[in-house]
Amino acid sequence: MEETNKMEESNKQEEQTSTQKIGIYLWIWGLLFVLSFFSYMVDWYQFQGMLRWSLILFFMFLKAGLIMAFFMHLFWERYALVNVLLWPMTAIACFIFLMNAEFQYTLFSRFFYFVVGGA
Amino acid sequence: MSEQKIDGFELKPGFKGMASDTGSDQTMFKGVHWGKAMMWIFLLSDTFVFSCFLISYMKGRGSTIVDWPNTSEVFSLHVGDVPVPLLLIAIMTFVLITSSGTMALAVKYGYEKNRKMCGWLILATALGGLTFVGMQVFEWSKLIHEGVRPWGNPFGAAQFGSFFFMITGFHGFHVSIGVIFLFIYTYKVFAGHYETKKRGWFTKMKGDYVEIEILGLYWHFVDLVWVFIFAFFYLW
Repeated sequence: MEETNKMEESNKQEEQTSTQKIGIYLWIWGLLFVLSFFSYMVDWYQFQGMLRWSLILFFMFLKAGLIMAFFMHLFWERYALVNVLLWPMTAIACFIFLMNAEFQYTLFSRFFYFVVGGA
Repeated sequence: MSEQKIDGFELKPGFKGMASDTGSDQTMFKGVHWGKAMMWIFLLSDTFVFSCFLISYMKGRGSTIVDWPNTSEVFSLHVGDVPVPLLLIAIMTFVLITSSGTMALAVKYGYEKNRKMCGWLILATALGGLTFVGMQVFEWSKLIHEGVRPWGNPFGAAQFGSFFFMITGFHGFHVSIGVIFLFIYTYKVFAGHYETKKRGWFTKMKGDYVEIEILGLYWHFVDLVWVFIFAFFYLW
């Protein structure tokens, strides 16, 4: 009986060391607030053009990375899981690249036929 | 989070570990609960769904020769007589981040077997999600009142409405499903289902606090998608 109690005790201790310190979560939480505030400021001050787009993307990827790494624990997961999840994202990147070429062609044809009136 | 010891198998770190885990002729995700692995696979497929929406939005917005509506005017709220751009959206963003933080803490306290803290934090998360959905309902009804329809709107390019309702609607649907499950799991935690190892409804799996982490993954994903919608739809 005493032995099982001891086992339970050691199990408990092991489990407790496997959770993260509360400080990490609070830090990430605070950072997410600050980054969201900054990305709101991008609109508030009406930055335009490349500055606006690069700032939006910078804050977006930083926030997404923090959420995935720490809130979703990917930072502490084994690479077998992390890589299975992250490599398929390259397919999305390819799709974005393809559709980017596609919308420019569509825009060109619309200008050419609707505005210019064709050749 | 998955630093369990596996008998007769040495867990190596980094890419070497990935190679040996994958080639071990055993389960590939060492120490990862199957429910958690399945939730991740589901979230991966959901990522593709939302990516398709956002990419079609990029294509639609990029190829129209009519000006896109100015989102910081369309989504502005009047405080007194002063229009504040994107006010409601900013509040919604902060509410969702807050609920993501409480969820992260709920997972932590769950693993520490702190039943009460875990339960209260999940309840707080559910209330945050409910607030978010409520504000989205307000936003939708305001825009519908102003004449935004899936086939046209008074502010600019006709595609705006269909992309808006489709993308935010699908996200709001995810939040609503999440809120329902958060309330269910609030009950399950407070009722002590994870102390008594009570089995769930759809599964023979014994109740365990890992379920809270799985629920948390879904909730953080909903927040993650909002980060992208906020950037591409509202700010761009």
